[in-house]
Amino acid sequence: MRAGSLAGVFVAVALLVACGDVSWRTKDISGLMPDLAFELTGESGETITASRVEGHTTLLFFGYTSCPDICPVMMGKLAAVMQRLPTSVAEQVRILFVSVDPDRDSPKQLRQYTDAFGARFIGATGTQEQLGALSKRYRVTYSYGSKKGEAENYLVSHSSAVFVFDDQGQVRLMLRQDDSVEAIAADLKQLTQL
Amino acid sequence: MEVIAGVRWFLTPWEFAPLVQAAIWGAAVLYLSGCWRGAWPGIPRVAAFAIGLVGFYVVTQTRLDYYAQYLFYAHRGQHLVLHHLAPFLVALSAPAPVLAAGLPRVVNEPWRRWRRSRWLTVLSLPYRLLQHPIIAGVLFVGLIYLWLIPSVHFDAMLSAQLYWLMNASMALDGLLFWWLIFARDAAGLTPCLSFGKRVALLVAVVPPQILVGAIMVFSETNLFDVYSVCGRAFPINPMTDQQLGGVLTWIPAAMMSVIGVLVLLAMRLNELGGEAARRPKTLEVA
Repeated sequence: MRAGSLAGVFVAVALLVACGDVSWRTKDISGLMPDLAFELTGESGETITASRVEGHTTLLFFGYTSCPDICPVMMGKLAAVMQRLPTSVAEQVRILFVSVDPDRDSPKQLRQYTDAFGARFIGATGTQEQLGALSKRYRVTYSYGSKKGEAENYLVSHSSAVFVFDDQGQVRLMLRQDDSVEAIAADLKQLTQL
Repeated sequence: MEVIAGVRWFLTPWEFAPLVQAAIWGAAVLYLSGCWRGAWPGIPRVAAFAIGLVGFYVVTQTRLDYYAQYLFYAHRGQHLVLHHLAPFLVALSAPAPVLAAGLPRVVNEPWRRWRRSRWLTVLSLPYRLLQHPIIAGVLFVGLIYLWLIPSVHFDAMLSAQLYWLMNASMALDGLLFWWLIFARDAAGLTPCLSFGKRVALLVAVVPPQILVGAIMVFSETNLFDVYSVCGRAFPINPMTDQQLGGVLTWIPAAMMSVIGVLVLLAMRLNELGGEAARRPKTLEVA
């Protein structure tokens, strides 16, 4: 490696650390990940793509409906955020809940699950190939607990983060478990009004 | 059949990187062709080069890369190979003459002429600057620290481009550092440091590596939550993951310096014993 490329490394890192004219209370991940794109199965068994949420600020979350801890807490938090947001802002937001447990989560079950959190929650799942491609695209992974195949009550380990895309489908923010409802609501409001 | 499927599963690159593939296969072909043309350096050196090259390949272009992305300690293991083990072996094998002999004839002649020209002296200035012992030592330790700054590490594990940049910078800096440590050709571009300076450099990089490893082992907070955020390859306690990563940064990394000193010592003794009549030109005691 020559001096030029090394300098490049440091400049790139310095820019990453330094940039950001707007301040966010959640994690800013602009430019770190590719635009929103997927092919999955929707709540009626139909094929859905990113055009389903086109023009909306989209929150992407990986989980499964029988999840005992991370999913209900995060989904509950997002439901609280949606209630806190002014209707004009909430209208622009969609939450895409992608189940990485297609064996147990049928489209019908996903519809019941997401409806419980609100009308702007959309459920989706897919084949292992589709789910693998989507999770790899956003550099997350998931795996099944050891009881898979034997019992109905296996656990699924999955990402705990929510990826936020703006209405252009570009990645903007990452919401983590310890982010507060206020912080998330403030950032979503700011993002939709940019 | 299951074995074949398993091998294929393991060998399929998690993220196919054309540049990495080209660099590793290119080096292998060049080296083989050099050996074929009579630059055979003996089995130990060929083995060192081959194992080093395979090391670079296995940690970046197989299933191991998946684990390195989704387990902290696997990531530390990957960097141990990229920054310490593989470049150590490649540099130890002193492959330059073999690789040069392997160049196609159309390239070889102009290359030799160019090597003697003044242009090379000018163009090699940045390289010589990077290979100044103090700069080389600071870079070697500095890159380990840089990519372990929690916020930098977080972004590097999220962005495919930054992840690639991180691994490339570790591999290239590893090659630079160990190349400098084991340089044997006084007429080459790489500064030929005295025996004492080489040992001092190897010893100087140990304490900072122990420190950063110890910070990770004894920290009571999860410093690298990106692995929790993105999911781990298999369920493991985050603190256990961090402590294992710290141990991998601490002990084997520091041990590579010790092994390096032993190798230098052996080379020095060999030189003194074999050429007792002549004063050794390359490795003089500082």
